[in-house]
Amino acid sequence: MSGLVSEAPKEAAMQPAAEKPAAHRSLGRALLAEPKVVIAGGFVLLLVILALFAPYIAPKDPLEQDLMLGTLSPVGGSTYEPGYYLGTDDLGRDVLSRLIYGTRIALTVAFVAAGLAALIGTVLGLVAGWYGGWIDTVISRLVEIWMAFPPVLLSILLVAVFGSGVHSVIAAIVIIDWTRFCRVIRAETMAQARLDYVTAARTMGYPRLRILIREILPNVAPVLVALLSLEMGIAVIVEAILSFVGLSVSSDTPTWGGMIAQGRQIIYQGWWVLTFPLATLFATVLAFNLLGDGLRRALDPVLRR
Amino acid sequence: MTAYSFFHRVLMAAITLFGVAVIVFVLLRVVPGDPIAMMISPGASEADIAALRAQYGLDQSLPVQFWIWLTSVLSGDFGTSISLRRDVLELLAERLPATLELAAAALVFAVVLGIVIAVTATLLSRTKLSPLVDTLNGLFLAVPDFVWALALVLIFGVLLPVFPLSGRINPDSQEGFATQFYLLESLLTLRFRDLADISLHMIMPVLALGLPLASIITKVLKEALAEAMVQDYILLARLKGMSRLRLVLQEALRNAIGPTIALTGVQFTFLIGGTVIVERIFAYPGIGNMAIDAVINRDLPLIQGLVLVFGALFILVNLATDALVVAFNPRMEA
Amino acid sequence: MSDLLLDISGLSAISLREGGNPILRDVSLSLKKGEVRGLVGESGAGKSTIAKALLGILPRTVKVTSGTMRFEGRDLLTMAPRDLSAIMGSDIALIPQDPQTALNPGRRIEAQLTDGLRLRRGMNARDAHARALQLLSEVHIRDPERVLKAYPHELSGGMRQRVMIAAAFSLEPKLVVADEPTTALDVTVQKQILRLIRGMQEAHGTAVIFVTHDLGVVAKICDSVTLLYGGKVIEAGPTADVLADPRHVYTKALIAAGPRYDRPDAGLEPVPQWVFDQLHQEIRTGAKEILHG
Repeated sequence: MSGLVSEAPKEAAMQPAAEKPAAHRSLGRALLAEPKVVIAGGFVLLLVILALFAPYIAPKDPLEQDLMLGTLSPVGGSTYEPGYYLGTDDLGRDVLSRLIYGTRIALTVAFVAAGLAALIGTVLGLVAGWYGGWIDTVISRLVEIWMAFPPVLLSILLVAVFGSGVHSVIAAIVIIDWTRFCRVIRAETMAQARLDYVTAARTMGYPRLRILIREILPNVAPVLVALLSLEMGIAVIVEAILSFVGLSVSSDTPTWGGMIAQGRQIIYQGWWVLTFPLATLFATVLAFNLLGDGLRRALDPVLRR
Repeated sequence: MTAYSFFHRVLMAAITLFGVAVIVFVLLRVVPGDPIAMMISPGASEADIAALRAQYGLDQSLPVQFWIWLTSVLSGDFGTSISLRRDVLELLAERLPATLELAAAALVFAVVLGIVIAVTATLLSRTKLSPLVDTLNGLFLAVPDFVWALALVLIFGVLLPVFPLSGRINPDSQEGFATQFYLLESLLTLRFRDLADISLHMIMPVLALGLPLASIITKVLKEALAEAMVQDYILLARLKGMSRLRLVLQEALRNAIGPTIALTGVQFTFLIGGTVIVERIFAYPGIGNMAIDAVINRDLPLIQGLVLVFGALFILVNLATDALVVAFNPRMEA
Repeated sequence: MSDLLLDISGLSAISLREGGNPILRDVSLSLKKGEVRGLVGESGAGKSTIAKALLGILPRTVKVTSGTMRFEGRDLLTMAPRDLSAIMGSDIALIPQDPQTALNPGRRIEAQLTDGLRLRRGMNARDAHARALQLLSEVHIRDPERVLKAYPHELSGGMRQRVMIAAAFSLEPKLVVADEPTTALDVTVQKQILRLIRGMQEAHGTAVIFVTHDLGVVAKICDSVTLLYGGKVIEAGPTADVLADPRHVYTKALIAAGPRYDRPDAGLEPVPQWVFDQLHQEIRTGAKEILHG
């Protein structure tokens, strides 16, 4: 479902390879040379591993309640119980394990919602920017009307319409944020289309669609990847907010937003129940932001030179 | 701004608001799930349900329902909240002032802080402090209001418990207010004890809403100032013997502020959107907090009223921004 | 020597950005009171570096390595910043290249024209207003009251440059640095502005350093000329002598490259490559400049 998105970076790597082998060889090095990519990418990778192998990594069952073990403090605290490294919440559930399982919802929403928004926005943006004419007019008007509608209103409405649940959260993010991609990719496509390599490809008589996908898309990819990373950060926050107010997944499933809401309620009994998921949430958002910025720098052939 | 272009903008705003109304209505009429089903007691008869449907106009066709709804909205009748069983307009009138005071305070805070930091950073632009400001601000830019609010809860609610964690005013000290604008009223009637109490309650939500905006204003204004500071007219003013502070305030700020206002206007609509979650976190009794309850309870009449109020607010902010941008730019008069 | 206003001697400077590349090589030039000297060269010749040094606004990437720059006997390069800023704008003023960017778009002309009068001369608003009106009529602006109330964007390029000239002369400076003041203007306006600068200069007895790349402009308004290439003085002397009897091949080539009003069929010859080769050779070996008179 996010096929185009996950393939875009690969395209970016392959396309210059045909014409500029040097650029291809240095791509990996360029990525590793950008400290933002290494640090933030490493953190995101860690989250992905935690999400995939949560059952093996988490020390406890995230759902298991034991009121005898309620609000235990984390390591070093007065009521620390061995094995419950980050303490427990008021129902005696292990904070660390819930945090690890919470990665699953956060990353699912981040990848699926941002990926779908990017897919829709990119396809429409490429088409509008490349083919122009009436189809561009239609898409551009649509984006304008869409953006006139404040995101908060739209999300209130959409969640009211779809009901609560992770699907609604994803749908709301996609419906609201595809315009970000469409606008930027359209402008970028139009800028690329004016460059000489596109003219050269057209004089070779290549079909227009082939030029769009083989020539233009790779050059638009750095912007797209950066935007995608930023959007993942936004998606993580939106999911956390909606879980916080109880409009995302059901309260059984561990989510960072849900943990934060619970922590907010028992703030005086157990500060850690709020602190750890909040810190994780912020670190995740920051990581996606930094990663986006770093990828843009590392992938941009002009900046790389 | 000429009378014509002003009229044009107001007309466009009205059309946008109508569009919002149509979309709201259409979206909420396709809601999967019957709001009536939630209102009835388990033993209700078919007739009871039909009566309720008729009461809320849910038995009519969609265009008819829209027409009924639109004419009643225009005459000030927003219907009755399903969950709170009260007049929607009354609820909105009760809660809107709290949100307006909060958003306005956050805006003022953000603008003042943003300008002060941007100007200071520009004055210090050749010292080692400047990159520090950029780095810190870059970090702050990544912190959304939701995270700010909760971090503040931890810092000033638990670590240093100096501010009240929730609500708008201490329930004990309430002498009663003639209006819902508590902050303004206590200020105008010189009730300083209430004023202090209300201000203390507002500090954390205002910080949470204002800090992200202040970061953005700082960034944009600092860049605009840096761009202005290398212009020839700054050089000539320097040759005339102007101090650096005066160069920034009198020569550069004037030209840098225009784009900043336009951006602040857009960002202020996001700030108003942010009141929804921030009011929730601080249990602040505004329309944002109410909106979440309305969505959880699927209170359609209330959601409609709230969305229209938010929509009207956004449109007013945009109009005001346009007017301010024109006022601050001598080149745009037509 | 009492009428010597400015005496630059042995000035050398390097660019820190380009790895210590020399941008001025042992430049000497002097200026009498009331003299108009053209500073001619193509871009990169060092003419604007000299102008910036005169105004105390050299970028941080440029470092003066040797030489002096005496203004009324005091070296501007070693002067305390406070003394320097008392001279800049007051005794030494600038007519900028582009009046478009030299006027603050957000302030009315009056505020910008009277800044110097109020800050430097301590005038009150009324006196400054009266002086501004007088200055504007001096630069032949017809409706000075209206122009004072206007914003820069309401004036034409020529009008803006007149305002800049009025501002430059407003504090009765002893030296005005005109930094290619006509390049941003229409050809038709250029002549008027040149005549105006010459007129103001004569009326006020002000010395002018006229930075330009155009020998034609020099012929029209300069008493003397210094020709630069690659940061080095190539040839200098009274304008009439240099133009009538150019001794350096580069000067000859430049004159040939300009349009000739006496023989429209000739001129516009590009400067041949061997001339540049010779110039580079001379810069390497540090050949002496040619001085007339």
